[in-house]
Order: sequence, then C-alpha cells, then structure tokens
Amino acid sequence: MAFLDIRDLHLAMRTFEGEAHVLNGINLSVERGEIWGLVGETGCGKSLTGLSISRLVPSPPGRYLRGEIRFAGQDLLATPEDGMRRLRGGHIGMIFQDPTTNLNPAFRIGEQMVDVALHADAVDPAILGLAPGASRRQRRVEARRLAIAMLDKVGVPDAARRIDDYPHQFSGGMRQRVLIAMALIGKPELLIADEPTTALDVSVQAQILRLIHSLVLEYQLAVLLITHNLGVVAQLCTHVAVMYAGNIIESGPVRPVFRNPTHPYTRALMKAVPHATHRRGELQGLPGSVPNLFTPPPGCRLAPRCPVAQPRCAERVPPTIAVSPGHDVACVLATPAGSAAA
Amino acid sequence: MILRIENLTKTFRSRGRRWLGPQTSFTALNDVSLSIGKGESFGLVGESGSGKTTLTRCILGLERITSGRIVFDGTDLTTLPAAEMRRMRARIQIVFQDPYASLNPRMLVHDIIAEPMEIHQDTLGLGARQRSDRVIELLELVGLGAQHLYRYPHEFSGGQRQRIGIARALAVNPEFLILDEPTSALDVSVQAQVLNLLHDLQQKLGLTYLFISHDLGVIRYICDRIALIYRGDIVEEGGVDDIFERPSSDYARMLLAAMPEPDPAKSPFNTEAAG
Repeated sequence: MAFLDIRDLHLAMRTFEGEAHVLNGINLSVERGEIWGLVGETGCGKSLTGLSISRLVPSPPGRYLRGEIRFAGQDLLATPEDGMRRLRGGHIGMIFQDPTTNLNPAFRIGEQMVDVALHADAVDPAILGLAPGASRRQRRVEARRLAIAMLDKVGVPDAARRIDDYPHQFSGGMRQRVLIAMALIGKPELLIADEPTTALDVSVQAQILRLIHSLVLEYQLAVLLITHNLGVVAQLCTHVAVMYAGNIIESGPVRPVFRNPTHPYTRALMKAVPHATHRRGELQGLPGSVPNLFTPPPGCRLAPRCPVAQPRCAERVPPTIAVSPGHDVACVLATPAGSAAA
Repeated sequence: MILRIENLTKTFRSRGRRWLGPQTSFTALNDVSLSIGKGESFGLVGESGSGKTTLTRCILGLERITSGRIVFDGTDLTTLPAAEMRRMRARIQIVFQDPYASLNPRMLVHDIIAEPMEIHQDTLGLGARQRSDRVIELLELVGLGAQHLYRYPHEFSGGQRQRIGIARALAVNPEFLILDEPTSALDVSVQAQVLNLLHDLQQKLGLTYLFISHDLGVIRYICDRIALIYRGDIVEEGGVDDIFERPSSDYARMLLAAMPEPDPAKSPFNTEAAG
C-alpha cells in the first residue's frame, strides 16, 4: 500500500439548495519523495481533497459517503478527532495560499512558532529531545531554538533576530517561508501545500519552489501541491493529477502526461496557457463553465463542454484506464496500453 | 503618440513626522518616460511594489505627481483643472484586477454599466432610455446578453464578472483602456476567453491598451511593446519579441528565467528520478 492512499473517496456537502457531490470517487496514491501536483479549475475539488486528508472539512455540512484515506496504513476517516490533532502539524504539515491571513498579526512570529513546537513536542517528545521531567522554561527555550533553526533552514536571513518581529514586518515571500518553517517544525512526512505561490511574484515563486524541492530531497517528504499553474507543476512535480468537477480525470508521472495529454480536459487546459508560438486571437479557452454539482450531468461530467463528446459519454462514468504504465485516463476515447494505436 | 509620459517622478512623504526627526520619503516612480502609440497594446511588467499601480493612478489623475508631464493626445493632464480632468476620464478608462471586489454587490448589472454614462452625461448626452439601449449593446459586445440585465454580480462567474467590468469601462466610448492585471484572478481556460475578447474589442473599436501584468506569457500574447519597471525605474523597453528573445537587462533575464514554463523538460530540477 502506498504511503498515502486515497480510495474511491466520495464527499457530499449539504447546503440550502440540496446536497452537492463535491468529490466523486477520488483515487490517489502518493509515495514518500514524490511531489504530486493537483490541478484543475476553481471549484473542481482540489482544496477539498487536500483538506480531507488533514480532516479539516467540517462535518456537517460535509459528509463522506464512501471511500477511505490511508496514511502510513492508518485509516484517517476512522481516526477520532484527538488522533487527528496528533497527526496535524506532526506527521502531516500544511501550508495555505495566503501567507498574510495565516499568521496572527498580534503575535510575534516566534511566539506562534514556539506554540507549534510545544504542541508537536507534546505529541512526540523527540521533537525537542528533552527528558520527560524538563521544566516549562526549558521546553520554551528549546522550542525557540528549534524555531530559529527552522527559519534559518528555509532561508530567512538573520533568523535569530527576525524571530521577534511581527508578521507585518515580513514581505509576502518571507511570510510564506515562515509558514513553511512552521509546517516543518513537527518533522512531517507529508506536506500539503495549497497554492503556496499564487500570491507571490515570479522571482519569489522560483525561490519557494527551489526550497520545497530541496526539502523533499532532504527529508523524503511526500508533497501534495495544489495549484492551477501548469508551469509550476511542470517545473517542480514528479507526478500530476488533473481534477474536473470532483473527479481525477487524468494522472501519472509528469513527463508522459505533459508530453501526451490524453483527456480532452487536460488538452484544453494546456492549450489555454499562452505560449510564445500563439498568435494573438488564437488562444483557445474551454467554453462553458464547471457543472452544477447538485445535479451533475450523467456519465462523464465534462461531456456538455467536451469538443469530442459522443452519445455514449452521457451513459455512464468512463472507467479509468492506463494509456501507458502509471498514466491513467478516464475517457471513453482513450486507448489502453498494449492495444494497437487507433 | 496618444500618451506620452515625460520624466515622471512621484515621491510619497510619510504622513507622520517624528518629533524633530527628519521626514522620510519614498520615490515610487523615478524619472519615468514612456510613449504609447494609438491603437497599440503596451505592456507594463513589474513585481509587486515596483510602481505599476502608482503609474496608472497618476495617469488617471488620482495621484498628484511630484514632477514631469503626462501628455494625452496633446493635452498635459498634470496641469488640467479638476473639471476638465473629469471630462478627460471619459476618454481614459480602467478595468480592475479583481472582478469580485470591483463590482458593487448591491447594484444590478444594468446600473453598474449605466453609471459611467450618468457621470459623463454632459459629454455623452444620453437619456435614460438611450443609456439602457446602450447597456444591452455593451453586454452583447462583451459576450453577455439582455437576459443578464437585472441580475446582481454574485450570480456571475469570475470570467463573466470581468466581462461586466470591461463593458462598464467601454460604456463612455473611451479611446484608451488601462487593464490592471485583468486576468490574474481567473482560471487559465477563462483567461484565454477574456484575452481573446480584449483582442477582438481592440480590432473592432481601435482601442489603445496599457496592459499591466506580471504574467509574462499573457504579456507576450497580448502586447506589441513592453516596458519593465523595477522599483520605480524603467529598466528596459522595446518590442515584445525583442525583449523575450534578446533581453538586454539583468532584470529581464531574471524575470524570464523565473517564469515557469509548462514543459517538464525545461525544469531546473531533476524531476524524473522519483516514482
């Protein structure tokens, strides 16, 4: 079994307008050392997949209809809340999109990081490495030392002094580094990064990507990188999963998927990115918008927008088949590996 | 040249002054000169804090400049009396970055698009009936329709909202459109549609664009000429292909290198190993 294994995950959200099926059978296996890019349009379920792993989807309104999420063999959907608290910030680290709203403006970043370190230490005493009888004061001193070491590790210059600054004294890129340092304190094995560079300038984005890459090499992290930037996926990720309306419709190692995008939706996404060879006015978007999830279209959810849809697409959800080893596609038009090319 | 910016400098002084201490100041734009030709798409590229937005605010007369001139179609905007500047704004309009924040959630689409025509009533001279007809015409121009007239912004997707923002900017028949990161809040598939719409509108209406973005792919697609701005200084200016093919400044080379291309073969990391 994979390190992180999501099998047939179905999530419904109850709203005033009815129950929306927001995740519709997600399958995903992530090993340590792999960086998975999760891409798709707004509202396709990328973030909810990430939040489901850390069990941060409130319930109600959320309700898991079916499926399981196994992390290092442990069934997360069956884990009680206090067990999840031990995993979050420890084995599972998270970073979110907006580095401004995820730091408390009223506390120095040192205090916020020490809190995280003390919590992680309460779960796993190896984090601070102190004897069981250590005093509160000793723990705080050691937690602060760890926080400075982590800030230093993620490239915050002059960490020993900056730790006593407030969040507003940091630039956007530096704040994102602080959040990454915070996520690393608990020595996570899995890092969920939800649009970590979307709010940043390209030069800062390049630095953060380099940082994540070096951390993966050093700690053998498994990373789930949620983004809508195909450029970021191509640069950083080892694998990619493309989501549409609550399904993963194409997934696999990044090179075969980018070289040979097979699902019409993946192709449409790639065609929509402006490129040097595009002449003005020739860029192709995908007409229409993401379907209503209260009454999703029967069969393939892309069918109403799909340029190559056929009558049979509306009959049933297309099965996922492998077009090459590890490269899976859920489209009736895909040709299985090994069969003669059409 | 429809717009000529000559040696524009804008310095902000800090509001509070420490007791007997020196007053600090910050130069947001430092001796900036630019020329934009009629019918051209001019791209302004820079990172956050580089002065892009300050420059647009100076052009629109929302910011008092420290020195220099901004000449629009032969008229120096910086010496224009307020009333005439207001009239001038019928010719220079702006589309904002965030279509979720730039439309009043309590106004109907009809009223949002008709409002600039009311403000510029003296220039346009349209009656209420004519304004409503023009609103429908504008909605159709941006790919929406009369069925959307009496709805509120929250009923629309991001791409549709940005179309409403474009219709509002076009309501007073401007010649010059400032597009301040008009697609950065949109998904790529929707971005492609909005970029194509902007291109079509330029062809149809002969508009001049000042297109602000930090997305070099978008800039290359939509612009004829570009300028790179870094901490208030223009560091490079030229034809879009020249700068992309033969960047002459370190800043341009750095930006181009940092742009993540959607091609795994060009990754700076060895991503093949795992799996």
